[in-house]
Amino acid sequence: MSAPFLSIRNLGVAFTGGTRPVRAVNDVSLDVGQGEAVALIGESGSGKSVTMRAIMRLNPEKRTRLQGSIDLDGRDILKMTPRELRALRGAQAAMIFQEPLLALDPVYSLGDQIVETIRRHEPISREAARARALELFERVRIPSAKSRLDNYPHEMSGGMRQRAMIALALSCRPKLLLADEPTTALDATVQIQVLLLLRELQRDLGLSIIFVTHDIGAAVEVADRIAVMYAGQIVEQGTARDLIRSPRHPYTLGLLKSRADGAMVKGARLEAIPGAPPDLANLPDGCPFAPRCFLAEDACHTGRIEMQQIGATHQARCRKLAQTLDMHAAQ
Amino acid sequence: MTTQGAILTVRGLRKYFPIKGGILGRTVKNVHAVDGVDLEVFAGETLGVVGESGCGKSTTARLLMQLIAPDQGALYFEGKLVGSPELPLKEYRRQVQMVFQDSYSSLNPRLTIEDNIAFGARVHGTPAQDALARTHDLLARVGLAPARFAGRYPHELSGGQRQRVNIARALALRPKVIILDEAVSALDKSVEAQVLNLLADLKAEFGLTYVFISHDLNVVRFVSDRVMVMYLGQVAEIGTAEALYDRPLHPYSRALLSSMPSMDPDNRTMEPALTGDPPNPIDPPSGCRFHTRCPVVGDVCARKVPALTQRAAQHLVACHAHDPASGYAPARALQEAAQ
Amino acid sequence: MADMTLTQAPPAVAVRSAGYWQNVGARLVRDKTAMAAAAVLLIFLLAAIFAPLVAPLDPLDGRLSNRLKPIGTEGHWLGTDELGRDMLSRLIWGGRLSLLMGVTPVVLAFVIGSAVGIIAGYAGGWTNTLIMRTIDVFYAFPSVLLAVALSGALGAGLGNALLSLTVVFIPPIARVAESVTTRLRSSDFIEAARASGAGALTIVRVHVLGNVLGPIFVYATSLIAVSMILASGLSFLGLGVRPPNPEWGLMLNTLRTAIYVQPWVAALPGAMIFMVSISFNMLSDGLRSAMEVRQ
Repeated sequence: MSAPFLSIRNLGVAFTGGTRPVRAVNDVSLDVGQGEAVALIGESGSGKSVTMRAIMRLNPEKRTRLQGSIDLDGRDILKMTPRELRALRGAQAAMIFQEPLLALDPVYSLGDQIVETIRRHEPISREAARARALELFERVRIPSAKSRLDNYPHEMSGGMRQRAMIALALSCRPKLLLADEPTTALDATVQIQVLLLLRELQRDLGLSIIFVTHDIGAAVEVADRIAVMYAGQIVEQGTARDLIRSPRHPYTLGLLKSRADGAMVKGARLEAIPGAPPDLANLPDGCPFAPRCFLAEDACHTGRIEMQQIGATHQARCRKLAQTLDMHAAQ
Repeated sequence: MTTQGAILTVRGLRKYFPIKGGILGRTVKNVHAVDGVDLEVFAGETLGVVGESGCGKSTTARLLMQLIAPDQGALYFEGKLVGSPELPLKEYRRQVQMVFQDSYSSLNPRLTIEDNIAFGARVHGTPAQDALARTHDLLARVGLAPARFAGRYPHELSGGQRQRVNIARALALRPKVIILDEAVSALDKSVEAQVLNLLADLKAEFGLTYVFISHDLNVVRFVSDRVMVMYLGQVAEIGTAEALYDRPLHPYSRALLSSMPSMDPDNRTMEPALTGDPPNPIDPPSGCRFHTRCPVVGDVCARKVPALTQRAAQHLVACHAHDPASGYAPARALQEAAQ
Repeated sequence: MADMTLTQAPPAVAVRSAGYWQNVGARLVRDKTAMAAAAVLLIFLLAAIFAPLVAPLDPLDGRLSNRLKPIGTEGHWLGTDELGRDMLSRLIWGGRLSLLMGVTPVVLAFVIGSAVGIIAGYAGGWTNTLIMRTIDVFYAFPSVLLAVALSGALGAGLGNALLSLTVVFIPPIARVAESVTTRLRSSDFIEAARASGAGALTIVRVHVLGNVLGPIFVYATSLIAVSMILASGLSFLGLGVRPPNPEWGLMLNTLRTAIYVQPWVAALPGAMIFMVSISFNMLSDGLRSAMEVRQ
């Protein structure tokens, strides 16, 4: 296989400015191939959104300390000049957010916003840009696209707004789409439509997608591969099948078990993970999950825990992988 | 007017929110938030309420709690009309309590945890010393050591801990019914499981009845004895959790359930069950409100409002397709689907 | 029960956390600008209170032969006014009346305006409309004009000046109180308090006051400077304090004629007004940022 389209190596993001630096992302390495969809899942504060913002260099420059490298198509984003970044954002990589109403400009119609974005990056006429905007609206399956182009964001329903934001993100034909909880605020029947739309775009346009979510179910619907984050680290990554069928990191195991799933016996107690995630300004030594882990032993509390290869596509950052081999199948 | 064994009975509940417009501020339109809801909550059960935004589930919670006054309809608690001399509002509120979604904004930031919890009991005339003792007892019950948490302020706690405080606050009046309005929705999954376990323990210990409102179908199935599905301010279907999840009758319930992500990487969802967004509750569609999105819509559906009718044991549905007398036409497709 | 060990998360700490106001106080103390402003105000206040002890000479006693001495004159370090009275003593004594006229109307308006605003905000509906539209009527006049008109109608004198200034400050304070209360009223914890069966009065006392008085108080502090300037203006126009009593605004008025003879002496009362009002403003700014403790 050739070099991956996006390659994150040993990424570290720390926010300074408080009394102690907040180490939001620590030693994250992740590859995303051309046309591949990868989901980053984790709880609030796990560093999933910060990682994604680092790819666009959207974290506040003055208060952020970045380490490692993020190579997109062979160029390191962390070394880009402001001018190169402007060319990157929108044209090569685009981002969609959880709340489109906050991300879209309320005083311009959606058509105008798309036309403006295209013309900022490409020297084409207003008419041609407008034609592309219409094409995009049809592409994301907005009904009666032509009249919808003149709508303002507040005139649309939640699902249509999210589609419009996806259209806006795709306006300059980016190769990489970063989706930050794009379906979290949507209703169930609308969420599945947007998830399917993302999958369709990935397939038809050859988009690479990084999909950040806290919902494992949504991740499974969209992603080829899943990376589980905890306290700023990727604790386990693999294909969706690896993760769901044979999770190996105790945190992933706990997450899957604590879901009130259809498979659960009603009325039975959920196997909750005890405790709460660590304070990122005050990370414990060793494995950050050790204080909550049922397998933790003394050695887990010291030193650096390395990523272990489990299969060709499957890795986990845990010292006790031998003990978790059949744990998921056992129940 | 009330059903045997029901602790809460609701009859013909309706709430419209006016939208004012024009220079005179006249009501130009109404948001049909809750429109003709009948329901019973039986003592000791957990009634799950599911639906999408605009379906009226949160308004129903506020109406049940009497935080807003209904335009129409009556509410009975243990057979007594709420707000009548037989059961004044203040007495009713001692019996029914509520836990909100936002754990932070539902606590007074200027009061300590113990003062927040003890407030309700003090209102009902419990002496300060007793209220404090009960507060510490409840804190221990919800898994927060009183010595460590009683004197702290809400912002010093995590979301899960704050929601435990809110649960303790709801319990402080020793209510019989607790309305949980998206009470675990804002929590992270691992913390959500802890709080769900706590709710189950408390229910058993205090003999509580829950009305559990949530958009998370997995969680509702896990906690509920019976489930009510709402759509645009009306009840589409009510049934036991098993019946509703395994044999949903209403086409909307079916669509909602099949919209759940599959959790199986080898068997992902291929077709969305519904297209488009839920309509705006300002001008809800005529007849059956679901007819604009219904995959098995018939001629009669746009004209006539379907009544909520019993179709199986403890299973009620408001759909013409299940009513032989309605004159519903393309019933075949639906019957096949139901097989 | 594994899940019951949640409480292990934070280390065992003191049973009782510092209260909100303790935190605000601690932050305010660390704010150098605010502390400097507070020190200046304290000096002025002490000087005013202990005027009989601090003032070197009688503020009312002057000799015409001694009039309009420049700053630095032997025995009159800040010079003398147009009637030959000692400026330093007059400024110290003048602080009494000026501070009184700055603070009293704001305190009265704070009490009345907060009450009116909180009632309007918490009641909502028609009560709110009625109260707020009435307030808007007062708002329609510029505050200087309103103060002058009221004082003029009531007649000159200290009491009437205080009264008219109070009336001027009620509408803005009530406005702020109303908007803060309205925002608070929709909070879940107010709903929860209602759901526990508490009456409106109890809810206002326990849950509303503690949360709204802070922001209103900050706003009111910033009005003290305005009040002092307006009071000086009233005295300047002959509607407030009467001569020969020393008051900064009045002194500014009478020394106006001397501005070409002794400009520095004539400017002294103005400098006093300026220093006190800017100190109040800086203190209120400091208070505002100190109160933004993450809740």
